[in-house]
Amino acid sequence: MAEAVAPPGRRVLAWAQEYGVYAAVGVLLLFNVLFTPHFLDVANFRTQLVQVAPIVIVSLGMALVIGTQGIDLSVGSVMSLAAALVALYLGYGAWPALLVALAGGAVAGTAGGALVAYVGVQPIVATLALLVGVRGLANVLVPQLVEFRNPDLIALGSASLSGVPVIVVIAAVLTLLMAFLVRRTTFGRQVVAIGGNRAASELSGLPVRRVLLLVYVISGVLAALAGVLATARLQASDPTSLGLFIELSAITAVVVGGTPLSGGRIRVLSTVMGALLMQLLSATLIKHNLPQSWTQIVQAVIILAAVYATRERGTR
Amino acid sequence: MSQSAAPVLEARQISKRFPGVVALDGVSLALLPGEVHALVGENGAGKSTLIKVFTGVHRPDGGELIYNGSPTAFGTPLDAQRAGISTIYQEVNLVPMMSVARNLMLGREPRGRLGVIDTARMYGEAERILAGYGVVTDVRRPLRTLGMGVQQMVALARAVAIDARVVIMDEPTSSLEPREVETLFSVIRKLKDDGIAVVYVSHRLDELYEVCDRVTVLRDGRVAHTGPLAELERLKLIALMLGRDLDEVRTGGLTRFSRDRRQARDRDGAQPAVRAEGLTRRQVLRGVDVSVWPGEVVGLGGLLGAGRSETAKGIVGALPLDAGRVVVAGRPLRTGSTTAAIRAGVSLLPEDRKAEGIIPALSVRENIALAALPSLSRAGVVSDAKIDKIVDVFMRRLRIKAASPDQPVQELSGGNQQKVLLARWLAIRPKILLLDEPTRGIDVGAKAEVQALVDELAEEGLGVLLISSDLEELVEGADRILVLREGEVVGELSGDDVTEDKIMASIAERGAESDG
Repeated sequence: MAEAVAPPGRRVLAWAQEYGVYAAVGVLLLFNVLFTPHFLDVANFRTQLVQVAPIVIVSLGMALVIGTQGIDLSVGSVMSLAAALVALYLGYGAWPALLVALAGGAVAGTAGGALVAYVGVQPIVATLALLVGVRGLANVLVPQLVEFRNPDLIALGSASLSGVPVIVVIAAVLTLLMAFLVRRTTFGRQVVAIGGNRAASELSGLPVRRVLLLVYVISGVLAALAGVLATARLQASDPTSLGLFIELSAITAVVVGGTPLSGGRIRVLSTVMGALLMQLLSATLIKHNLPQSWTQIVQAVIILAAVYATRERGTR
Repeated sequence: MSQSAAPVLEARQISKRFPGVVALDGVSLALLPGEVHALVGENGAGKSTLIKVFTGVHRPDGGELIYNGSPTAFGTPLDAQRAGISTIYQEVNLVPMMSVARNLMLGREPRGRLGVIDTARMYGEAERILAGYGVVTDVRRPLRTLGMGVQQMVALARAVAIDARVVIMDEPTSSLEPREVETLFSVIRKLKDDGIAVVYVSHRLDELYEVCDRVTVLRDGRVAHTGPLAELERLKLIALMLGRDLDEVRTGGLTRFSRDRRQARDRDGAQPAVRAEGLTRRQVLRGVDVSVWPGEVVGLGGLLGAGRSETAKGIVGALPLDAGRVVVAGRPLRTGSTTAAIRAGVSLLPEDRKAEGIIPALSVRENIALAALPSLSRAGVVSDAKIDKIVDVFMRRLRIKAASPDQPVQELSGGNQQKVLLARWLAIRPKILLLDEPTRGIDVGAKAEVQALVDELAEEGLGVLLISSDLEELVEGADRILVLREGEVVGELSGDDVTEDKIMASIAERGAESDG
């Protein structure tokens, strides 16, 4: 390739699109190191990472769904369903309860995926129905907050592996797995192709419907896992409020990470960075005693900036 | 056309560069009022870029644009349109869900009191305008329910209605039927009489010689020739476009198919590579039977809307059928599944390259590997080494021009995009290839290469179903031709009967019957 001769404005934008989120995280970290007392404390880092881990896990699934031109609004409700199922089946032990919860997430994902892939319902409508219905179901199963003392489950929420919280380790491993899935597997390539041009993918013999279904199942399972982890950390199952509005945080992370909502492109690591950026931002503002409303306004600005940067690059 | 008139639009030494490519290199072109100016060249020669400079989509890196005698820089396409430069693109640029009338009058709707749109007047006016273009249709219908030809006419009517001084037509006839082409030409002549300058881009030489006064030939981003068209011999024009010797073109013929037609082979005992029986779909196909033997090129002839594309889509399972079945190598195919068809070795190169072919944002590499991914992976994990190898093989064999395999396919010219799609199919070694307008909208050079490739593949034993509106291409490329009309096979031509005349006679014969 000959040297690029794009106008400087275009180049800056292209750069921002690729690395903007990394730069923003870097700038924010630097600011905190310089101006926020105790920011470098290990305890603070732990808190931030533990808090962001469930959002990261949900965002990974969301990035996959958005890559197919879809969206999954049901993730928060699936988290609450997982919380309810864990509470119900904890009597059989932590691991069976975890498996039941993940299965619940898979079933919810299958429902949404089937509606989208086979019935042809628009993703936003299909998963909106699930957003409402699944949380309702979770509330029927477990109407109020249930505390528990299962040591295994509590350990999942608060134990550490050589100093790193288990939740964070899980989120990191899943991030790597997802990056591998998207970049290196047939399935990942097919997801991106379907998001880029569904008609062409169909004519190329790709199993479009199966891939779409599976994408929603993966999102459902990841959301369920996030629900279990959040429940384990709370040491209580709270289907009424667990995961409320997390779909918005997840979509924000994906968008801020530079994955276009128009599909055909999935940026896994940047999505994680997007989640981290939003987390760091609110932590920073809180530590400097700015009210929550300021955080929201700044977040809005960042979302707009991200969307501006990911606009379709100039057409030729 | 008065030669003394000052140019209405003039490009002076325009240059435009893109990453890795010099699209325009000092191009000058003067457009006189009341002339039809042909702009020709291979894909990638810079025609599209030049048009986009004229219409404010691109800003030139060098040179200047003179409009009405003064230097101009259009900031946006809207600026250019307001100034009086209208464009009709290859792909119709309208709102498919809105009614024909709304599309036609968009932004200029007649309004009654309170600023509310006067729908009755709008419909009446729309009907009147379209009637002037020979289009009689219910203007209340959503645009998308109409054929491409009618949509194109709506686009044209809209462009002309906006007080244009320059009208740029980019392949305006590519989806028109002959009757509609005639209408278009009469409209163009009317524009000419009104002193409007027309830039006419087309790959169809007949049309150029019929309506154009002057021609500018672009090659590799430069002007290779400019002058009156009537004085330019056809073969000379082709030679200029290709940048080849005149003699070479003369001896090579206009298409690159080998001349000797393969005779029907001894078929006793052998079975067709694919046999479609009684393909039926309401209002589209009425019991179409098609068989293709290995090593044979079967052409599908017929007018627009005769059911040619639908037949191909029906065979690969991309069009839901009411009845009929497809047998591949003796085994019936599961209907309605492209995956099953492709697994059995039947692949379709679709007519609409942009909407159904390429994945625009993905690289050349990933577009080529797409269909073959399962065979290029182990346990679901793709092998980059295998992909690189196959991509390299096909980029060389088909001479795909790209900055690198990682360049997004949307940045390639139409001809190269088509080659990428062919490579996608060849990579999975199909037994039957259905080619729907494989050379439409691609430059002469790529066209010849695609035609030669089709020949070569048939020699290797592949069965090919060739759909083309270009009769010459059909006659020279196919061993046998089935003529379709209104969803039925109305004639079969083979051997010496494969001629343009006989195809047209076959279409007309059936038409006469239904009239009488």
